[in-house]
Amino acid sequence: MTGKTLYDKLWDAHVVRTEADGTALLYIDRHLVHEVTSPQAFEGLRLAGRRPWRTDTVLAVPDHNVPTTHRDQGISDPVSRVQVETLDANVHEFGITFFPMTDVRQGIVHVIGPEQGATLPGMTVVCGDSHTSTHGAFGALAFGIGTSEVEHVLATQCLLQKKMKNMLVSVDGQVGPGVTAKDIVLAIIGEIGTAGGTGYAIEFGGDAIRALSVEGRMTVCNMAIEAGARAGMVAVDDTTISYVKGRAYAPTDELWDKAVAAWREFKSDPDAAFDRVVHIDAAGIAPQVSWGTSPEMVVPVTGRVPDPDEAGDPVKASGMKRALEYMGLEANTPVNQIAIDKVFIGSCTNSRIEDLRAAADVVRGRRVADNVKLAMVVPGSGLVKRQAEEEGLDKVFLEAGFEWREPGCSMCLAMNADRLESGERCASTSNRNFEGRQGQGGRTHLVSPAMAAAAAVTGHFTDVRDLTPPPG
Amino acid sequence: MKPLTTVDGLVVPLDRSNVDTDAIIPKQYLKSVKRTGFGPNLFDDWRYLDPGEPGMDHSKRRINPDFVLNDPHYWGAEILLARKNFGCGSSREHAVWALTDYGIRVVIAPSFADIFFSNSFKNGLLPIVLDEAVVDRLFAEVSATPGYRLNVDLAAQTVTTPSGEAIPFEVGEFHKHCLLNGLDDIALTLEHADDIRAYEQRRRAEAPWLFR
Ligand code: SF4
Repeated sequence: MTGKTLYDKLWDAHVVRTEADGTALLYIDRHLVHEVTSPQAFEGLRLAGRRPWRTDTVLAVPDHNVPTTHRDQGISDPVSRVQVETLDANVHEFGITFFPMTDVRQGIVHVIGPEQGATLPGMTVVCGDSHTSTHGAFGALAFGIGTSEVEHVLATQCLLQKKMKNMLVSVDGQVGPGVTAKDIVLAIIGEIGTAGGTGYAIEFGGDAIRALSVEGRMTVCNMAIEAGARAGMVAVDDTTISYVKGRAYAPTDELWDKAVAAWREFKSDPDAAFDRVVHIDAAGIAPQVSWGTSPEMVVPVTGRVPDPDEAGDPVKASGMKRALEYMGLEANTPVNQIAIDKVFIGSCTNSRIEDLRAAADVVRGRRVADNVKLAMVVPGSGLVKRQAEEEGLDKVFLEAGFEWREPGCSMCLAMNADRLESGERCASTSNRNFEGRQGQGGRTHLVSPAMAAAAAVTGHFTDVRDLTPPPG
Repeated sequence: MKPLTTVDGLVVPLDRSNVDTDAIIPKQYLKSVKRTGFGPNLFDDWRYLDPGEPGMDHSKRRINPDFVLNDPHYWGAEILLARKNFGCGSSREHAVWALTDYGIRVVIAPSFADIFFSNSFKNGLLPIVLDEAVVDRLFAEVSATPGYRLNVDLAAQTVTTPSGEAIPFEVGEFHKHCLLNGLDDIALTLEHADDIRAYEQRRRAEAPWLFR
């Protein structure tokens, strides 16, 4: 008998029952909730006269709509305010743990779950948000769900699921200096495409992944969905366990020891069989910059904007042409000649302390270039913000001309006041470069925090490896 | 949920691959706390030339005459013909609500993103996967034939073209059952409440840190 993959183990540990056609009832250990995808689910519960099955598994936070300035004045947009107030009313009615906007623990749902130890190895974690894959970094089975499923989990603690196929993406060897988790995952998506992982759960492995911090692993798993995979995951190791230790919701004492022993099993067996295996050479990855309107449209910063005439396939070529037009780019332009208007450092992909440190290291002693209209840093949570301030990172950014904001999703999806105007070009550490994602007509280029910082101080995309160490 | 058995409907072709949920329903409309009313904003950025905000009077907005939904030939369409990886991106069920609110009951494409696919079934929207070559041919037929209709029969699992050709499609048994009967899957799951409790009891012994 062949061994089990990490995903097989997580799946097997959570199956309550299986129907004849393979549909399983899967038990959910942690349910994260935010204001955008939950109101209709709570309303559904109320209409059916149902109560949540286990409120102690639910953690709620407003993040998508919250303002990143002048928090003391509340939310000025009346429609956004109603949505956040609706969450507030729902959590009170149903008795759910909640971090309101005024709580230092508030932040992006995928940042605060791990930060609080609410995400633990071996768990099933769901949220009405596709970037729930982030939590897979802990050796957890974590995936995004729709609002009907949010209601289903609230009411039954379970989900109806079909098992996905197993894919291993092995990033072999080590990346060079200046190349980060974000570059790794963008390179993976460039390789397998935005639908490459559809129908699969992806395990990220290989030495380059093992060498990443948990923050870096979260960045990689976060974007599994951009490769089409609902779930991404990394096996549990010492790095995982030391990250979890001592966090607010993590077990302690004997329970901790018992848990750690169990968590160590959450890795693929050496003889486990995968339906698909992809190998990527870490040493060959350069800092990445997306050029188009899909995350697979990505090139190394050392490269050029691709030419649709060389695409070979007519459907692909027409998609590329449409993307170039939307992005206002000419084929064959060297990437480092593309000038930018705005810089956004934030989002559940890259707003943790390590990301802010990496950006600050580039920014320190430099200034935001004159052609850059706005450069902003939006920490992932109140606690990340506080830690960054203790380390003096806020001063580094402010002195360079960046804005230093309150935590939330912000310009990752521009549901609040932070957005691009039509035609504006942004170096963004977020995860989606879809048309209009950061504001109607806005042009998004996905990059790492260090690359966003390099673009901010030079005014165009710049290979962060070429920047001389800052003065002083 | 409204049952879905057969749909004999006009087909509207959307000839783009990787249509993401941000395009299907832009974020500003996600601020709604309701499940209805998203139809006028389906494909908002492509359908209108002016930027849209919640609460606008859509009859006063500038229409993009080049977008297929604005072509009067396709008004009243119930079947959307699309390209690969339809519904990629965010988990927003609002994308499905916008399609159904507009009147779409079936989407045909060579592939769908996973979350969109499962959201569809919860709302009486049938996503049908057909071979890329077949989809190509349907695109050609739709553009050559004004008023092109397809007949979708869920029980028989067929899509029938005007020439009478019946194209078979796959659908999961459970999904089919729920859709045909308009079943609420929460009620179905709660029939297994004893199994869920038994699982919890077992887990509590194995992994007590998950029950605190
Ligand atoms: S930061 Fe962006 S991607 Fe992450 S949860 Fe918020 S809106 Fe979604």
